[in-house]
Amino acid sequence: MIALRTLCPLLVVAGLALIPAFTSANTTLNFLVFALIVALSAQGWNILAGYGGQFSFGHAAFFGLGAYGTALAQARFGINPWVAFAAGIGLAALAGTVIGYLSFRAGLRGSYFTLVTLAFAEVFRILFNAASFTGGAAGVLVKLDVRPENFQFASRSVFYWVVLGIVALVLLLTMRLERSRFGAWLIAIRENEAAAKALGVDVLMVKLQAIALSAAITGAAGGLYVQYFLYLDANIGFGPWISVETLMAAIIGGAGTALGPVLGALALHGLGQLTKGIAGGTPGIDLVLFGALLILAVAFMRDGIIGRLRRLLVWGRR
Amino acid sequence: MLEVRALTKRFGGLVAVNDVSLDVPAGSITGLIGPNGAGKTTLFTLISGFETPTTGTVRFEGADITTLPAFRRARLGIARTFQIVQPFAGLSVAENIAVGAHLRHRSRGEAIRAAEAVAERVGLTQSLETPAASLTIAGRKRLELARALATEPKLLLLDEVLAGLNPSEIRDMLPVMRAIAASGVTILMVEHVMQAVMSLCDYIHVLAQGKHIAEGKPEEIARNSSVVEAYLGRGAASRLTGGTLNG
Repeated sequence: MIALRTLCPLLVVAGLALIPAFTSANTTLNFLVFALIVALSAQGWNILAGYGGQFSFGHAAFFGLGAYGTALAQARFGINPWVAFAAGIGLAALAGTVIGYLSFRAGLRGSYFTLVTLAFAEVFRILFNAASFTGGAAGVLVKLDVRPENFQFASRSVFYWVVLGIVALVLLLTMRLERSRFGAWLIAIRENEAAAKALGVDVLMVKLQAIALSAAITGAAGGLYVQYFLYLDANIGFGPWISVETLMAAIIGGAGTALGPVLGALALHGLGQLTKGIAGGTPGIDLVLFGALLILAVAFMRDGIIGRLRRLLVWGRR
Repeated sequence: MLEVRALTKRFGGLVAVNDVSLDVPAGSITGLIGPNGAGKTTLFTLISGFETPTTGTVRFEGADITTLPAFRRARLGIARTFQIVQPFAGLSVAENIAVGAHLRHRSRGEAIRAAEAVAERVGLTQSLETPAASLTIAGRKRLELARALATEPKLLLLDEVLAGLNPSEIRDMLPVMRAIAASGVTILMVEHVMQAVMSLCDYIHVLAQGKHIAEGKPEEIARNSSVVEAYLGRGAASRLTGGTLNG
C-alpha cells in the first residue's frame, strides 16, 4: 500500500507528461492546460479544506490576486513575467494570511468561514471591476511577446510541461505534508479542534500557515492562467466559477488526498467537454452536469474518486 | 505544583465556580469530587485554559498561568482529558496518539514510536491500527488518556475517565492510573466512581454548588457530614448516624 501510494502519483504525472508526444492538437493541449490549472487551484484548496477542514467558497480571491498580480506587475510596471508570477503568488499568500487572521481570529468556523470567504472574493471582484488601475471592466491585456524569458512559449507543449511541473511539485509537497508534524496538526484541527488545542496545537498559527500555503498555490494557478491566455478581467479572476470548479475538482477527486484534486479536475473537465460535445450548442449544459455530479459525489462518494479506488482495492484483495 | 487561588467563574447569573482555592502538590494523586453540577468540570476548563476565570488566579510551578491559552499550558506540561471523549474519529489509534506525541517530537517516525510506547502503557497496543471511531467506550477512554500522556505532561487532569465503564473495565484501569502516577506524573482527577477515588487518591477536595466545602484524606472525607449532606441532602448525615444507632 505504501509503495502504491508513491507509485500512483508517479504514474499519473509520467502519463500526463507523455501526452504531447502523441498529439500536438491545439484543442487537446488547450483542454489539458486548462484542466491542470484548475487542478493546481484545487490542490491549493485541498491543503486548507481537505486537510484542515476549513471549507472556503472563495478561493477565487486567491486565484484572482495571483492572476492580477502577475498581469499588472508586467503591464503597469514592466517587471519580468517570471518575477511578476512570483509577486502574484506572494500577493495571494499575503491576502490569505490577512483573510485568515481576520476570520480565524474571530473564531469563524464551518459555514460561517465559508460565507466570509465567499464575501471576500465578491468584494475583490467588484473592486477590481471598478478600479481604473486594474483595467476596470475592460480587463487587462498581457503584451504578446513570445520568448521563454518572458514566460511565453512558441509551443503549447512547453507551457503544458511547465504547468505539469508545478502540479507535480505541489503533489510532492502535499505528500510530504501528510507525513509531517504540520500535516498531523492540520488534520487534528479538521478532526477535532478542542482536542487539538488540549494537545498543545497552536490552532490559529497552524490555520494561518495552511491558508497562506493554500492561497499561494491557488494564486499560482491564477498566474499561470493569465500567462497562458494573456487576458484577464474581474469576472474571470474573481468570478464564482473558479471557486466552484476548484472545490468541485477537489471534492470529486477526493478531498484530503494528495492525488485527488488532480484526478478530479481531469475527470470533471473530461466530462464537461464530453457533454459540450453531446449537447451541441446548448449553453450551460456542462454546468448543469457539474451540479448533478456534485450532488452525486456528496451523496454516494464522500471520499471522492480516490476513496472509491481505495475501497475497490481493499475489496479486490478479499 | 498547581495553586488555585480564589477562582470564580460566572456564566451570566450562574456562578459555576465560586471562590475556590486548592493546591495540588507534585507527585500526588488529588481527587476532586462533588454532586452533579458542582462545578468540577468548569474548574477543569479554568485550570486547562479552555475558559478564563472571572476572578482569581491559577499558578503552575510558581508561574501565573491564569490567562495563558490552552495550547501554551499543554506545552508547559498540563494535559487534560475530556469527560465527553473527543477522539480524532477519522484517524487510527496510533495517529491519534501521535498528534499528542508531536508536541515533543518533530519527526513523524519518532512521534509514531513514542505513540506506540504510550499505547503499551495504557493497554492499547492491540488496536494501534484500529480507526478511533470503531473503539468501544472503554477503548476511547484509554485513548483519551494515551493522547494526553503522549504530550509528556507533568500534571495530568483526568475528567471522569472511569465514567461509563463496567466494574471489570474499572478494575483494569486502576493499575494503569497507578503506574502513571508512579512514573512521576502528578494527577488531578474528577471522578464519580467512589471506590476508585478512595483507593487511588492521596487527598480529596469536595465541591458543591460551585463552592469548596471540604478537603482531606479519603477516609476523612467519607466521614465528613457536610460532604454526605451535599450528596444526599440536608439532615441525611444525622439520619444515617441515627439509623446506625437504632439498628
